[in-house]
Amino acid sequence: MEDIKTSWDIVELSRQQDRMTGHELIDLIFEDFIEFHGDRSIGDDKAIVGGIASLKGKPVTVIGVQKGKNLSDNIETNFGQPSPEGYRKALRLMKQAEKFNRPIICFVNTPGAYSGATAEERGQGSAIATNLLEMSGLSVPVISILTGEGGSGGALALSVANEVWIMENATYSILSPEGFATILWKDGSKAKEASELMKMTAKDLLENKIVDKIILEYNGEKKLTNEEIANNLQEELEKALDRYSLMSKEDIKLNREIRFRKY
Amino acid sequence: MSLFKAKKKYIRIKPSDYMGDDTVSHLDVPEDMFKKCPHCKNIIYAKDMGDEKVCPCCGYNFRLSSKERLDNICDEGTFVPFNEEIEPKKTFDFPDYEKKLEKAKENTGINEAVVTGFSKIGGIDTAIAVMDAGFIMGSMGIVVGEKITLLFEEATKRKLPVIIFAASGGARMQEGIFSLMQMAKISFAVRKHSEAGLLYVSVLTDPTTGGVTASFAMDGDIILAEPGTLVGFAGRRVIEQTMKSKLPKDFQSAEFVLEHGFIDKIVKRDELKDTLWKILKLHGTL
Ligand SMILES: [Zn+2]
Repeated sequence: MEDIKTSWDIVELSRQQDRMTGHELIDLIFEDFIEFHGDRSIGDDKAIVGGIASLKGKPVTVIGVQKGKNLSDNIETNFGQPSPEGYRKALRLMKQAEKFNRPIICFVNTPGAYSGATAEERGQGSAIATNLLEMSGLSVPVISILTGEGGSGGALALSVANEVWIMENATYSILSPEGFATILWKDGSKAKEASELMKMTAKDLLENKIVDKIILEYNGEKKLTNEEIANNLQEELEKALDRYSLMSKEDIKLNREIRFRKY
Repeated sequence: MSLFKAKKKYIRIKPSDYMGDDTVSHLDVPEDMFKKCPHCKNIIYAKDMGDEKVCPCCGYNFRLSSKERLDNICDEGTFVPFNEEIEPKKTFDFPDYEKKLEKAKENTGINEAVVTGFSKIGGIDTAIAVMDAGFIMGSMGIVVGEKITLLFEEATKRKLPVIIFAASGGARMQEGIFSLMQMAKISFAVRKHSEAGLLYVSVLTDPTTGGVTASFAMDGDIILAEPGTLVGFAGRRVIEQTMKSKLPKDFQSAEFVLEHGFIDKIVKRDELKDTLWKILKLHGTL
């Protein structure tokens, strides 16, 4: 039945406010989550949540983009658009994970990195660039899961991972279809047409080997509950991390490098 | 530029006389004889700009083609291109993209938006990449990403420094998500070059924005910029929409990012080669 959905249908589904947030996913999948705050430089970006938790008894570092479920949440979390200090907080937690040899799991759902004046003043480009560079060298396994919108460099900055998974109705793209249509045709209202060309749905992305796995949101026609999706994710994560636990640090790095060298 | 050049007078044309493109083509003069400076708006005699193409009135740096840049920076006759004819790993059936590429090749005489190779600067060997804003706004797709990655990999093998002149509107839209992946791919190569203890100097030239700013352009051990260069992540219009207000004129300039601590130094074009040479020399890469 998924075949009936157009790319635009999926774009709209990926943006729905009732999708699980970073916080919800973390609470459903892990135990003993302790949230850590701040980039140790200028502030604490609420668009990114992160900390340590256990996955079936094993310590992990978890990081998620936090999109709100209503307007007041969204004002606090800036509609899931991280600022430079958010990316720096994420990186701080990743380096901490590396020190203590913990796997890293990222949940990504962002329309894009924040594009306000403060973001430029605080070096949004530099913050993303640093994350890409540092993530490329992490010696612990990283699994990133696109759970809603995967918007551009802002999503990539949490997705230089050994494995990139995507939820059935999530997207990943170079830019929003609206932005894409504006740049190429000077007409943002052609977003629908743009979305068809952009190959941004889970199915297209798997075909193009941009993602490694699709996490189902439906069983046939039946929509899975949040708990069911989280249980599946928990099982998949456990299996994946078991695989990486047998690999040396060098091999974990090499595995990630080979994954991205093919592009 | 000489300090002793006699001051010249420049014609100022009223905005109503001026049609808005860079060349004053509607005046009855040979093409390219006069240029309008987009910064100070004076009409200048093209010859006065010199090979470095700097406005003699206000010091604005006109955009250089990759060839002009290489001529400015490399010791004469030392540049050896690397992977000039690289083929894309994938083709994109994006409407009119094929045509656009052909036209860009024709107009610029190069195959893609970056020229890579090896050369000498003041006698010192270096790997060098120059992006060309004349080629689809210097945008980065698979071939640009691959050429830069291969250059870093080869420089690591040959134990050479890398100098990159960034000039790019960002990721190449027509190649979609594959353009985004180049940002990550290059990062791995930059890291391995860096772990080998080798020097990477990034020079930001007008314009350096989007996915190039958010990847290798900001990864340099040393980051230089030409005066007045546009340096930013998001586009100006996008920010103004987000803020619902106008931005100051120098927002996202080289001077702005220097003030906010994201680059090391602004270097005038006529001092760039000398500065690069000194940096190379001080890193013992003679
Ligand atoms: Zn001028």
